[in-house]
Amino acid sequence: MKLVYLDNAATTRVDPQVFRTMRPYFTQKYGNPSEVHSLGRQAKEAVEKSREQVAGMLGCKNAEVIFTGSATESINLSHKGLIEALLPQFQNGRRPHIITSTVEHKAVLETCAHLETLGRAKVTYLQVDKYGMVSIYDVRKEVRPETVLVSVMYVNNEVGTIQPVSQIGRLLKAINHERTHNKPHIYFHTDATQAVQYLDCGADKLGVDLLSFTGHKIYAPKGVGALFVKTGTPLIRQLDGGDQERKLRSGTENVPYIVALGKAVELSQKSKIKRQKEMERLRDKLIKGVLEIPGVSLTGHPKIRAPHLASFIVEGVEGEALQLLLSDKKVIVSTGSACTSQSLTPSHVLSAVGIPAELAHGSLRVSLGKDTTEEEIGYTLKVLREATEKLREMAPDLSELRGAFATI
Amino acid sequence: MEDIFQKIYSPKVLKHMKNPKNMGKIADANAQSLVGNPHCGDVMKLYLKIIKNGGQEYIKDIKFQTLGCGAAIATSSMITTLVKGKRLDEAEKVTEKAIAEALGGLPPIKFHCSVLSAEALKKAIADYRSGK
Repeated sequence: MKLVYLDNAATTRVDPQVFRTMRPYFTQKYGNPSEVHSLGRQAKEAVEKSREQVAGMLGCKNAEVIFTGSATESINLSHKGLIEALLPQFQNGRRPHIITSTVEHKAVLETCAHLETLGRAKVTYLQVDKYGMVSIYDVRKEVRPETVLVSVMYVNNEVGTIQPVSQIGRLLKAINHERTHNKPHIYFHTDATQAVQYLDCGADKLGVDLLSFTGHKIYAPKGVGALFVKTGTPLIRQLDGGDQERKLRSGTENVPYIVALGKAVELSQKSKIKRQKEMERLRDKLIKGVLEIPGVSLTGHPKIRAPHLASFIVEGVEGEALQLLLSDKKVIVSTGSACTSQSLTPSHVLSAVGIPAELAHGSLRVSLGKDTTEEEIGYTLKVLREATEKLREMAPDLSELRGAFATI
Repeated sequence: MEDIFQKIYSPKVLKHMKNPKNMGKIADANAQSLVGNPHCGDVMKLYLKIIKNGGQEYIKDIKFQTLGCGAAIATSSMITTLVKGKRLDEAEKVTEKAIAEALGGLPPIKFHCSVLSAEALKKAIADYRSGK
């Protein structure tokens, strides 16, 4: 068996077609898009074509797409840029208020924490249910007169749960409609990083003002991302310099990578529904098979989940050791175990969905890709069962441990 | 393809992880210890059979059961191989540093795993002495 790569939620390989499309922009079409000579114009046209491809997916105007270096950068620009732009409206000790959730990616959580530290914003972190889902009632409950931004991810990257983004969008639209002139508009951001390939990302349908994603989860290279900024959304750029990207993101455009992103987006939109159905079938086969192993449970929502993501808790097994044994059998997966993190703390998402630390150590995330085959799923199920049995054989009897430690 | 774990762990750690030595229980063990905590992720249990021979005490047999990461399993396996057959007073001198060195080194973030296995041995020997 060749390598079975099931960590596509971490990153994907660059699609050969994407790679071929970007390649000429390194050594032949290497112009600076800001220059008016022929090479510059050629590069400019390529960047604009890519913008059109992204806008096509989002159903927005070309001018509403900003290219960045990553989803993280997009989020930093979105949140810091919006708050900075709105800050002058807040006086006499009042501060802009942000609502986000406890299961967001670190890029959102840390950006919000930074804004709090700077004293520029107050942040409410919404709790989630046991599936990792945000409730729109909680969103409504937490809205204050100072609320200016709601940021909720489209698909959770660890447990795969799909958030009710379009419902939140509708709710905010209704609230904004009712707001009187002295209350600020509430802008809505979603981190669509794990969603763009499979789910509907029409900006209007979702009701978002800001949407971020990255290239390397959709078969483009690492180092390029995008931010949708709806016309009229106030934003102050966070990188000062030239006038690139509608003066919102200075720095010479990364032309080959932007070209790659556009191509990857275009490819991801082809036969989207058919691919989504096929991937769901493989994912469900995987989930069914994994749950046949005793002492294993599914994390995230059983039905409302992204087509490529399956995540589990394997009791009596530590995730890193499991990852290691699987890797030895050429199966690449991911774990939220503390032992693989530099801080030795378990994943904040697993904690937020109420999984105790001793169980979070046995977390396993399997994320499918467009090239994943039925045979690979079958093989993975076989080696996963063997590795789990092997590790449980090594471990002390859990029932004995329950007596020794009052915590479990 | 190069396995990423080969960058994190030495070949010896990986060898002991994949094929641990002295895994399991000893039915007639006369010393035992349990260290770690499931909350932190690593739990290590040691079983020792200590015998007296010519006025000296020896570790005739030692086995482990570990729930933990690759490094926790490898250090458990290593400490059992280091002290099996040794005189008790020699075994007691095995330090966490010696365990890590015998494994060809551990990444700094995993050094606590070697501390845990050294602690498990000390605790088991103390258990033996208290019950004598």
